[in-house]
Amino acid sequence: MASRGTITMKNMTTLGKVLSRRNFSTSKALGAKQLTVRDALNSAIDEEMERDERVFVMGEEVAQYDGAYKVTRGLWKKYGDKRVIDTPITEMGFTGIATGAAMAGLRPICEFMTFNFAMQAIDQIINSAAKTFYMSAGRVNVPIVFRGPNGAAAGVAAQHSQCYGAWYAHCPGLKVISPYTSEDHKGLLKAAIRDPDPVVFLENELLYGVAYPMSDEALGTDYLLPIGKAKVERPGKHVTIVAHSKAVETSLEAAKTLAGKGIEAEVINLRSLRPLDFETIIKSVVKTNHLISVEQGWPSCGIGAEILARLMESEVFYHLDQPAVRITGADIPMPYTKSLEAAALPRPEDVVEAVKKILKVK
Amino acid sequence: MSILNKMFALKQFCRNKGYSTVLKRCLTLNVDTAFDNKVYRLHQIETGPSITSELEKAEALKLFKQMDMVRRTENALAGLYREKKIRGFCHLVVGQEAVCVGINSIMRPQDTIITSYRCHGWAVLRCESISGVIAELLGFQSGAARGKGGSMHIYGPQFFGGNGIVGAHVPLGVGIGLKHKYTNDGAVSVVLYGDGAANQGQVFEAFNIAKLLMLPVLFIVENNYYGLGTASHRSSANPEYYRTCSFLPGIRCSGMDILTVRESTRYGFKHILDGKGPIIVEMMTYRYFGHSMSDPGTSYRDRDEISSVRERKDAIQHMKNMLVESKLATPEEIKAIETENKKLVTAETEKAFKDKETPVEELTADCYKSFPFPMRVPKMHTWIPHKNIGKYGSVSK
Repeated sequence: MASRGTITMKNMTTLGKVLSRRNFSTSKALGAKQLTVRDALNSAIDEEMERDERVFVMGEEVAQYDGAYKVTRGLWKKYGDKRVIDTPITEMGFTGIATGAAMAGLRPICEFMTFNFAMQAIDQIINSAAKTFYMSAGRVNVPIVFRGPNGAAAGVAAQHSQCYGAWYAHCPGLKVISPYTSEDHKGLLKAAIRDPDPVVFLENELLYGVAYPMSDEALGTDYLLPIGKAKVERPGKHVTIVAHSKAVETSLEAAKTLAGKGIEAEVINLRSLRPLDFETIIKSVVKTNHLISVEQGWPSCGIGAEILARLMESEVFYHLDQPAVRITGADIPMPYTKSLEAAALPRPEDVVEAVKKILKVK
Repeated sequence: MSILNKMFALKQFCRNKGYSTVLKRCLTLNVDTAFDNKVYRLHQIETGPSITSELEKAEALKLFKQMDMVRRTENALAGLYREKKIRGFCHLVVGQEAVCVGINSIMRPQDTIITSYRCHGWAVLRCESISGVIAELLGFQSGAARGKGGSMHIYGPQFFGGNGIVGAHVPLGVGIGLKHKYTNDGAVSVVLYGDGAANQGQVFEAFNIAKLLMLPVLFIVENNYYGLGTASHRSSANPEYYRTCSFLPGIRCSGMDILTVRESTRYGFKHILDGKGPIIVEMMTYRYFGHSMSDPGTSYRDRDEISSVRERKDAIQHMKNMLVESKLATPEEIKAIETENKKLVTAETEKAFKDKETPVEELTADCYKSFPFPMRVPKMHTWIPHKNIGKYGSVSK
């Protein structure tokens, strides 16, 4: 697709700048091909549509408009009206329709322009998609992917800036993914599309245009990442920082600052929120004896709350030298103005300060 | 010849042919006073369903048998509920039997059905066995959903269930219709909902997309006059649900006469298969029990209303009368079917009771199709492996 090539080229011009800010990444693939998260998602969908005739995309502006955030760019031209379906702005209806199609055996990718709007359809996601396999005692499965940008974007205020990670991770029957890099997005979206169960795939608008290195393997059409497996983005021995989505970036930036002070932080990119890879967290905490969770979502009943509770309940608790702490978004609806918005989200300095505090370092 | 004359002539014709093996009947709407003298009310269509209907003897007896079976099963379930053997919600379909049996008789093997929580009629018609339906309500392992779904979540071949959320299954049914169109399998998705769901926003969202994509969906409003305890004229600015949608044609017919149900359904199928898009059929019916078993149903309607419908309009009695009047069956033949059904329901109930409640080992089974992770249970520090044991793939073809 020529149009996609163009977009990649455009991003490549700003890549130097992006890369210089990101050279703390542990990627082995220096000089490897770079791909934006947007293009990683696009190729994942394209490859899976190519591979399986049952896969189709449905949502607002996914076809003729090329996707509200251009994730589905070029797909309508390639696959046509049958497999790339523009819907009216009626989430409850089209989510139910996508879910019904999955119950009957198709493999829909249901795009939400943002997950904020999926609240209109949350009954269909939970009551219809998540629960049907159990209610039917395994007779009817629902192989569907609900995807779209989640969490805070920039300057869009309260109704458009919310993390739903904890909401969906709460619900049995769903699998919930919150990826960070381009490899995460591609490998996990392909796995989600092939998965026989409903998967909520939480993207982040601010990551769409960011390029990350892609290994040769990740560029291939059979690149799958396992759902339910976290990734150690940066190894370290003094403290474990657990995060998902854009908060991984915050944590890696903090880790870089800490490294300058001789503190080696281990940063875990959760990738999946449900199932949650607690094994990887245990392994790390046994080594570091300290844990901090970082997320952009609200504190109450959040992902960090869940991780800390599990830690408290497990034997690993005795490996902690200090109480584990959470760094979360502020407990308020998102304000519009720039300075307040920035103050409502965890910043690298918040993480650095917390690490220094629990390690009792000045 | 006026329509009325024509109907009269046909009626005479049917009477004269009384000894044939075919029930041929001119349809009237005397079973429902809501309808003046017209058999059907139409919205955005010129000609409606046929005003005559024919049934072979064998088919007629089969349909009678099915309606009778649905009612007997429901009555058995009502008894089990009163004995506290059935828990939770139990919404009985008694009074509305002609709707599910009539629609089912027109459906082809490839067609699919999804309905509301009042789903026992479809369960009796579609599930592998009646004992499986009874066992499901008893919470037994041999239940159609291994005792995990209960009254509202029963599934069978090409039957995508009841659904406990009012209106939510309407978009699901349209999605099943999308699958039919997508795979070009020639099937129609039949989507039933009640007057209580008819004003849900998602129902209109589903109408809109069904029409935009021209999906093979037959919407059927089972209007039993009450959404829970609120009469349709109190819940609906427009209680004529066959004409609530400005871009979908509609038909209203009696749901207490299996022949009008059949002709309307047949018409709906033809309309869809001719490529004219989705259509709404409203069937006027009535439930004799309360909304659910916990509703005595006497505060929002009186007993006289129920008994008067029962006496004058009952679908099964009406069918019996037709069978006898047309000399298609003798009262003895009908009695024999009833006796056979009675025995069958007793036997199926006994069979269901031979089983036991789904064991606790199945608690964490079939939450996902694929889940190689342990599942947490209330017991402290306890995780149980997830497993798959159900009859996977036994609904969708």
